[in-house]
Amino acid sequence: MNTIEKKEGNPLLSIYFTAGYPALDSTIQIAKKLEEAGADFLEIGFPYSDPVADGPVIQHSSEVALANGMTVKKLFEQLRELRQHVHIPVFLMGYVNPVIQFGVEKFCEECKNVGVDGVIIPDLPMYEYEDLYKETFEKNGIANIFIVTPQTSTERIRKIDSLSNSFIYLLSSNATTGKTLDVGEDTNAYFKRIHDLQLKNPLIVGFGISNKETFQKASQYTAGAIIGSAFVKRLGGKDYMDQIPDFIQSIKG
Amino acid sequence: MSIYQVNEKGYYGPFGGAYIPEMLYPNVKELREEYLKIIEEKSFQEEFNQLLRDYVGRPSPLYHAKRLSEKYGTTIYLKREDLNHTGAHKINNTIGQILLAERLGKKRIIAETGAGQHGVATATVCALKGIQCAVYMGEIDIQRQAPNVARMKMMGAEVIAATSGSKTLKDATNEALRDWINNPVDTHYIIGSVVGPHPYPDMVARFQSIISEETKKQLLTKTGKENPDIVLACVGGGSNAAGMFYHFLDDESVQLYAVEAAGHGVDSGESAATTALGKEGVLHGSRSILMQTEDGQVIEPYSISAGLDYPGIGPQHAWLFKSGRGKYVSITDDEAMRAGLELTRLEGIIPAIESSHALAYLAKIPFKGDETVVVCLSGRGDKDLDNYMKYFDF
Ligand SMILES: Cc1ncc(COP(=O)(O)O)c(C=O)c1O
Repeated sequence: MNTIEKKEGNPLLSIYFTAGYPALDSTIQIAKKLEEAGADFLEIGFPYSDPVADGPVIQHSSEVALANGMTVKKLFEQLRELRQHVHIPVFLMGYVNPVIQFGVEKFCEECKNVGVDGVIIPDLPMYEYEDLYKETFEKNGIANIFIVTPQTSTERIRKIDSLSNSFIYLLSSNATTGKTLDVGEDTNAYFKRIHDLQLKNPLIVGFGISNKETFQKASQYTAGAIIGSAFVKRLGGKDYMDQIPDFIQSIKG
Repeated sequence: MSIYQVNEKGYYGPFGGAYIPEMLYPNVKELREEYLKIIEEKSFQEEFNQLLRDYVGRPSPLYHAKRLSEKYGTTIYLKREDLNHTGAHKINNTIGQILLAERLGKKRIIAETGAGQHGVATATVCALKGIQCAVYMGEIDIQRQAPNVARMKMMGAEVIAATSGSKTLKDATNEALRDWINNPVDTHYIIGSVVGPHPYPDMVARFQSIISEETKKQLLTKTGKENPDIVLACVGGGSNAAGMFYHFLDDESVQLYAVEAAGHGVDSGESAATTALGKEGVLHGSRSILMQTEDGQVIEPYSISAGLDYPGIGPQHAWLFKSGRGKYVSITDDEAMRAGLELTRLEGIIPAIESSHALAYLAKIPFKGDETVVVCLSGRGDKDLDNYMKYFDF
């Protein structure tokens, strides 16, 4: 299974947003609107009280979502109608503790039932994944997405590539979410270095992508990029649903 | 290899590991690969021991508390970590970690703190070594612990308010981890307890193990026997307890009591009694036991003692609890405060409220009279005077 593929040479745009933010029931509406507006795939965050890899914007959306009553259980209830409305690939992103409490096996089964393609769990390390969870993920056909940073060794990247079967999440820099991409030479050289490894999985850049310039920069050597904080920041105003098409246009257009 | 110590994979039974985002992997890997080598180096050992002796003031006395013993009808010793420089056991760990950071070539130190004791101990060793220091502290704790904030600033540390989440210790820890993610190369994170990803729990326990190492020698001199019958220590994250238990873990005849903070009562909804209220899960990089909702969201704990106000315990403690090697019990705010006053009146020692929790449990053990008991007096009560005054209306 590989659902993440470049179409006609155009870079892929993925959008991250937090389930249950700004409103408990906004999850499916936002996903649907993003697909209509031209997003190529989606990452839906399930909120956690202690999101250590996230900056202020996603911390805030997580807090609000939790206060709204979002839980893993609630999210799967909402996602039951996901595939009636949304046809592009969908990944869930969140931290490992809510998954453990829900039950890893049950989590994977629910993902499969509602049509989620894979999950991104930044604090589930490779060793623990292989040792404890890989079998369960594979049995349910759920892809586990690994993160690569500028500090990750080539040897480890190769190992990650061999364990992956969807895409590799290439972090633009060693940072929490919501910083601005440094579009300088070093970043370029880093993307090129990973590109030149000729990995079997496509590379998608995340963290620090916020506008057309950073999106294009990030896509030069990769299959595309993910926008999170810059999108989440736009949710919450009165007409936020109406602004979604403009936002996607401003990146892809 | 003791079954109670960490294995080569970084686990204590099912607990431990390194549940960290990839961004922290290189830092944690470097530590994992280097910490034992560095700690075992002769030059490290020499400098560590010299600083513990001449700077911290070790060995800390093992004091036979006669009037307290009389009161409880058995023989009670206090391990006087309260007499250490900066007033608590926390400095044993920060001395060890600053020497390690220096040898790893790190230029900047970060730390989290709740009550401010670990923050002060970290700011102290950074002043000692002339290394830049930033301490994360919950916005609410900054207001509650003004004297310790002042001490850190006087030492030259930058105190950064954690304004996320519940604005207390757990959030200060999150902020420190975020700082480390954003500054991966030249920063070392000095964690203040036996929590965090492997190798932190083992590393911190080793630095604190001096507590039981000395206790054994001191008991031998005083009683002719190395081992006590009963050992008690309070548990926030669990570092003074880990140090107090360390050299007794494999002697199953030594009973180990770990005393958690019950706050207003275990079932009051305002408590920090982790083993009573928690479930297995992952917090701050390790699999352990933590207080959480059914959905896996971390619950903010409560205790009158800021140092015990943490929703988890270190993975070694989770294992000692689950395996039954340790007895994990709890003491309420009221019981602790009374025990603090009792020690003050019987022995002329004002304990930290954290340590008062361990002392309070003495009243719950049915002593026969011939036991040798050691209580870890993890810190002194100067920082808590305000709290004691208010509580007793002095
Ligand atoms: C005096 C004292 N005792 C105990 C603790 C609790 O920490 P730990 O459980 O790591 O020993 C603290 C923490 O601030 C403290 O200051």
